[in-house]
Formats: sequence, C-alpha cells, structure tokens
Amino acid sequence: MSPGGWIFMLASNGFVLGLLVFCFFKVLAKPRTAGRLHAPSTTDTGDEGT
Amino acid sequence: MASKRPREAWASRLGVILAVAGSAVGLGNFLRFPGLAAGNGGGAFMIPYFCALLLLGIPICWAEWSMGKYGGLFGFNSCPAIFGVLGRRPIWRYLGVLGLLIPVVIYMYYVYIESWCLGYAFSYLMGEINLGEDPTKWAEESKKFFADFVGSDQDGLMLDGKLHVSVVFWLITFAVNFFFIYRGLSKGIEKFCTWAMPAMAICALIVLVRVLTLGTPDPSLPDQNVLGGLAYMWEPKPLKPGDSVFSALADPEVWMKAAGQIFFSLSVGFGVIINYASYLKRRDDVVLSGLTASATNEFFEVCLGGLITIPAAFIFLGAAGTVGGTFGLGFNTLPVVFLHMPGGAFFGFIWFFMLFLAAITSSLSMLQPAIAFFEEGLDLGRRASVAILGMITGLGSLFVIFYSKGLVALDTLDFWAGTALIYVLATLQVILYAWVFGAEKGHRFAQQGAEMRLPRIFTFVIRYITPTYLLVVFGMWAYKSLPGYVEQLGEGGVPLLGVLLIGVIAIFLLILVHIAGMRWGAETRDTSGPEELPDFSEEKQ
Repeated sequence: MSPGGWIFMLASNGFVLGLLVFCFFKVLAKPRTAGRLHAPSTTDTGDEGT
Repeated sequence: MASKRPREAWASRLGVILAVAGSAVGLGNFLRFPGLAAGNGGGAFMIPYFCALLLLGIPICWAEWSMGKYGGLFGFNSCPAIFGVLGRRPIWRYLGVLGLLIPVVIYMYYVYIESWCLGYAFSYLMGEINLGEDPTKWAEESKKFFADFVGSDQDGLMLDGKLHVSVVFWLITFAVNFFFIYRGLSKGIEKFCTWAMPAMAICALIVLVRVLTLGTPDPSLPDQNVLGGLAYMWEPKPLKPGDSVFSALADPEVWMKAAGQIFFSLSVGFGVIINYASYLKRRDDVVLSGLTASATNEFFEVCLGGLITIPAAFIFLGAAGTVGGTFGLGFNTLPVVFLHMPGGAFFGFIWFFMLFLAAITSSLSMLQPAIAFFEEGLDLGRRASVAILGMITGLGSLFVIFYSKGLVALDTLDFWAGTALIYVLATLQVILYAWVFGAEKGHRFAQQGAEMRLPRIFTFVIRYITPTYLLVVFGMWAYKSLPGYVEQLGEGGVPLLGVLLIGVIAIFLLILVHIAGMRWGAETRDTSGPEELPDFSEEKQ
C-alpha cells in the first residue's frame, strides 16, 4: 500500500476512533448521568421541622 | 400535556445514545459505504465524506435532537405535534406528517430485507448455503440462491400455494419487531439496543480479525492479499485511468454521493431522532449525546465497514469482486467470499447475524414515531396502536413481497419514500429549526443541560451552510435521478402502484393528523400566532 493509502486509512480511522473515545469517555466519566438519565428527585416533602 | 397516560422515558443516558446509534447503524454502513468509497476515489472520497459529516450530518443531528427535546417538554412525542409546537402554525402539523409517513413506508420494505439477513444467518448456521463444488460457478450460483430466496425472478411469491422460506423469515422478523415495540420504549427498544449494539460490535470485530489475518490465501495470486485489499479501499485513486489520484475531488457527483451517504447513514430526515429525543427531560444533554450517537455510527461505518467488506471481497475475488450495489455486494458477493474463507460458514453466520441486529435496531426506530402519534394524537392504548400499525405495515410489506420480480416494488418505495421524501423532510426540518424557530433560540435551548459546549459556529452553519449544501445535493440528485423514475410512473404497473400506496397512506395520516390537531390546537398554540414560549433557562431549574 502506498504512503497515501496509509495516510488516508490511518487518518480516517484515527479521527473516528478518537471522536468515539472522546465522546464515550465524557459520557461514562460522569456516573450520575451515564447510568441514570434523570437526576434524583429533589421534591421538598415539607417534613423538615415537623 | 397531550395525553393523561404516564409518559414513557428513557431509563439511562447510554440507552438513548445506543438506541439513536442503533437506528442509524444499518446495512448501508457495511454494504453501501465501502463500495461507494472504493468506487469514487478510494481514500480521496473521505475528504467530501468528512466535509458532509461536519457541515450536514452533525448539524442536522443536533437540530433534530434539540427539536425533539423541545417538543417533548410540551408533552409531545410525534413529529406533527412537535412541528406544530416549533412552527406555531397549523401548516407545520400537516408537514410533520412526513415524520410518520417516511418511517412507516420504509419499514414496509426494510423489514423484508431484514428477514433476508436472518434467513442467511440461519442458512449458514444449518449449513444450507451450498453453491456447488466448482468455484468458477459460485458467483452464478450465489446470484441464483439469492433470487430464489427473495423471489426476484417473478411476481406472486407464494402463489404456488407453498409457504415460501423467505415469507417464514419475514413473519418471524415482523413478529420480533412488534414484540419489542409492544414492550415499550424503555423495556423494549432501549433494552434491546443496549445489548444488541455491543453484540454487533463484537460480531464485526470477530469478522474483522478474520479478514485482517487472511494473509495471501492463494499463493498463485500474490497481489490478492490483505494489504492489497486495504489499498484497494483506502488508496486515493483516479476516477479514470490517467487522471490525478485526487481527480474525484473535482467531480461534483462524488461530493453528492458522499453527502447522500452521510445523510442516510446518520438517519437524519427520518423523523426518528426527533421522536427519540422527545422522551428526554429538561436537564438532559443533547449536544454530547447527539455527537456520541453520530460517532458510534461512524465507527461502525468507517472503522468496521471500511476495513471488512471491500478488503475481504478483494482478497478472494480481486477488483472485479468489489463492484455491485448494496444487495449485490451483501447477498451475492459475500457468500462467495465466505465460501473461499477458512471457517467461512461460521464467519458467514456471524456476519449475517450482525447485519440482522443492525437492521432490527433500525426498524424498531421506524415504528416508534407512529406508535407515539397514535397514542398521543388519537388517545389509543398501546395494544390498539400496535394492532393498527401492524395492519398497515403488514399490508404494505405484503405488497413488497408479492411484487418481488426484480425487486421493483421495493425499489419504488425506497426511491420515493426512502430517498426523495427524506430530502424534503430534512430540508423542512432545517428551515423550521434555523429560520422559523430561530437558530439563536435553538442554540440557547440546546445549551441547556449540555455537557459540552455547542460550537458558536453551529448557528451560522445550520442557518446558511447546511440548507445550501442540502438544497444543492437535493437538486443534483433530483436532476440526475428523478426523470427516470417519473418516466417509470407513466408506464403504470408496479411503480405506479407503489406511489399510489404511499399516497393513500399519506392521505390517511393527514386525516388522522387533522383529527389529532383539533385536540392539540390549544396546547401547541399553533393557531394563535407567535408568542413567547416557556423559558427553560438554567435559572428556572
């Protein structure tokens, strides 16, 4: 394979793989949002002080 | 809220990303992209391809994610209602019917193609794909096997009174799809995609390792080796002998093909992303999620499809074996490749099972928009919605199966609904988002809850570059392809019947949207002119 072929293959695959790793790293790096889509309920039950 | 029944929601962020990516990853990633790239400049094709990804694909994805989430905050999940909310004119509701029509019609033929993948996987598992002892006749036998399997030699499959094998697989595939749809968004679609996507990646990686370790299978043909196969796919090459290796970049048609591939590969303009994103909540991110789903699709297309299909075909069959469209490469050429390959029956099974998973994650996404519409627009229950949609898509699918000669019915629906209308819907979406709703407002909204910054240039790109790019590609495509298909219509027969079928379904859905619109009018505020929409800014959260 010519140097041009290597460059296009490695650049294309490298770009896509890099983007994929970056995205999944950011998604999975935050366990709260990676595992659960919605934040836990913060409903004020009004129990405090009763 | 459009309905008083409890709203469905995604159970996890990873689930929604994998579901959107699953919708995008399909047969085109593995069968269409590699052939297109190799035949249009090889490595040079990747320049217009990535330009289209950055200027067309990802911007429209972000717009669709934002539009869907915005409509979802008003309690709507279907394209007509969401268009009504964003456009605030009744006309947008009716235009939004395309977001129901397109996936429903595509499902009618896609589920049949999906069943071929299941049928081929089963045949490999049972050792039923036998193309004879003479390798010189395998290509011919493979074509014959495919024609017999799908009934492309004549119309009227099953008219002989026998239950044809492809119909059995179609019934199984159809039932599996509706089983998951009936289970609902989280328990059905999300759960299935959460294991199907990693399973697909594992299957593809197994085949990739096999292809990359083939060496030089036939010493008498030393050029047909792994590096030769990769070179055939990735080396920049001229379109015509004697031209520069970058001559493809000067050909507008190559740019059009690259844009078309990105467009269909990412499933933009289907109405599916809008529907899936509508189940997000106010604080959920759309920017990183949309980018991650797009990157996942690109991984399957460039890193797996681009390294497997064409190199495998080249290693065993040479350059001549790499030509052929999606069906030719997938169902005629690859079975011959697997027959040449050591352990080919096993790898053939893995390959077609992976294609089946890729197809089913896509077809599930085609059903959900209509289910959402029946539930919120007509206040139908899940069972009734599934029954009605099953009847409509079943009848349409039988039309495709019956008129199987030359796959003309399939091709007709694919051209008009699966290509032309998709361009129309994508253009409408971009206009609605960037010009009617407002690119600036859309940008601010997309930033809410976003876990990465939406590039500032996105507003300019979605407002000017994307619509121009889209209209130029659409115009070139229409100039090149429309006359032939319009001429076909004049001759009557199956193509005309196919267009009539699309028309009847469109009218039926328009009537339903009208009925639903009477219920939604006050809620979508689409009859009372522009007014300030609720503020979803961070301060209010």
